[in-house]
Amino acid sequence: MRREVPLLITGIVGIVFVVSYFIPHYPFSEMEHWFSDWFAIVAACAIVLGALNLMVVSGQKIARRKEGWGYAIVIIATFLLMTIFGLAGGTGFRETGTGFDWLYKYTFIPLSATMYAILAFFVASASYRAFRARNAEATLLLAAAFLMMLGRVPVGDVITCFMPEGARMSDLAIWIMNFPQTAGQRAIMIGIALGLVSTSLRIILGVERSYLGGE
Amino acid sequence: MDHFGLWLAAFLTLGIYSFLYKDNPWYKLSESIFIGISAGYWVVVMYWDNFYAKFWLGVFPNEQAVENGAEPDYWLLVGGVLGLLMLMRLIPKIGWVARWPLAFIVGATAGLWMMNYITSNCMSQIQSTIMPLFGADYSASIGEIIGNLVVIIGTFSGLVYFFFSKEHKGAFGATARVGIWTIMITFGAMFGYTVMSRMSLLIGRVDFIFGDWLGLIR
Repeated sequence: MRREVPLLITGIVGIVFVVSYFIPHYPFSEMEHWFSDWFAIVAACAIVLGALNLMVVSGQKIARRKEGWGYAIVIIATFLLMTIFGLAGGTGFRETGTGFDWLYKYTFIPLSATMYAILAFFVASASYRAFRARNAEATLLLAAAFLMMLGRVPVGDVITCFMPEGARMSDLAIWIMNFPQTAGQRAIMIGIALGLVSTSLRIILGVERSYLGGE
Repeated sequence: MDHFGLWLAAFLTLGIYSFLYKDNPWYKLSESIFIGISAGYWVVVMYWDNFYAKFWLGVFPNEQAVENGAEPDYWLLVGGVLGLLMLMRLIPKIGWVARWPLAFIVGATAGLWMMNYITSNCMSQIQSTIMPLFGADYSASIGEIIGNLVVIIGTFSGLVYFFFSKEHKGAFGATARVGIWTIMITFGAMFGYTVMSRMSLLIGRVDFIFGDWLGLIR
């Protein structure tokens, strides 16, 4: 029951999705439609589960007065604030002027943008330490990154202003992105696709069972 | 209220940046607010977009939908039950039943991605690589012809590099070496691109602080 049923569910659902790709007719098209709807509903519940788990963990932290429990109160309070405003707002919760929109505009957007923007400093620091032209491969990596960064800022074209139009730094950066970068990325994408197909087959056929845990 | 919002956004932005000095209570407070707000945001979005729009209105269509000929879709109840089973994970005694919806998610993702990846990431990429070297009507410039050659040779040699069932020696090894060079250029270009996108976000935040908040940039 604990292992067999999940394996059966995985196998049936996976096979239906694969078969419906080749036979997009009744009953497979109908089943694919149901499964896609169920997937969206279960995914929504998974997000709720994650949020509830966050509340449980934060609640335990407060109850046991663990280090930083005050921040756990902030997490719960802000979560409840956002959720209450969002649920009370009805289907038009995203509309301008709602409490949810205010929180989204003045807390969610600045915080998420700053979280990503702060990575610029860490990336710069990491590249300073990691980028050393030790061999041909490392030199290529360094040169490509350097040309790409220089080609994306106005100073790149200023340095190469003596070059003819179409052969300046920004053009070189575009050429690198369009051709060698595309070639490497295609090789990686094809490799990933082949790996994903074999892993998916292992999951659907029940060979790969690690997602069921240790029991 | 908007004025207060601007000050709050500036307070939180500077709070996150304060981490550049060292870990401190201001940063931790901003981080906690971010965690709580993000979790709340996704719960609300998932509730209205997926649970309400797909499940609730699907099982209990509103008057307008009924007038338009919509009928209750009771098959959606199975999805609802699976979603409920997923939440059982919070109850340790019966937590194991959460494996059923998890198995459903894993199976659906495996089946869906298998076909999507084989078509979009594998077949269409191969199709795009097998292209007219001199352009569709022999109109390609020298730069484009060289570029097309780079794409064909780079993709092929990159794939050879990923083939580990044969020892990288002789002509095979030489091709694999070209492959690793291509991949290194790709990583370098992707790194440079990522750095510049982060810089652009940073400029946006600095613009917010000195422009919107302090009013020093007009």
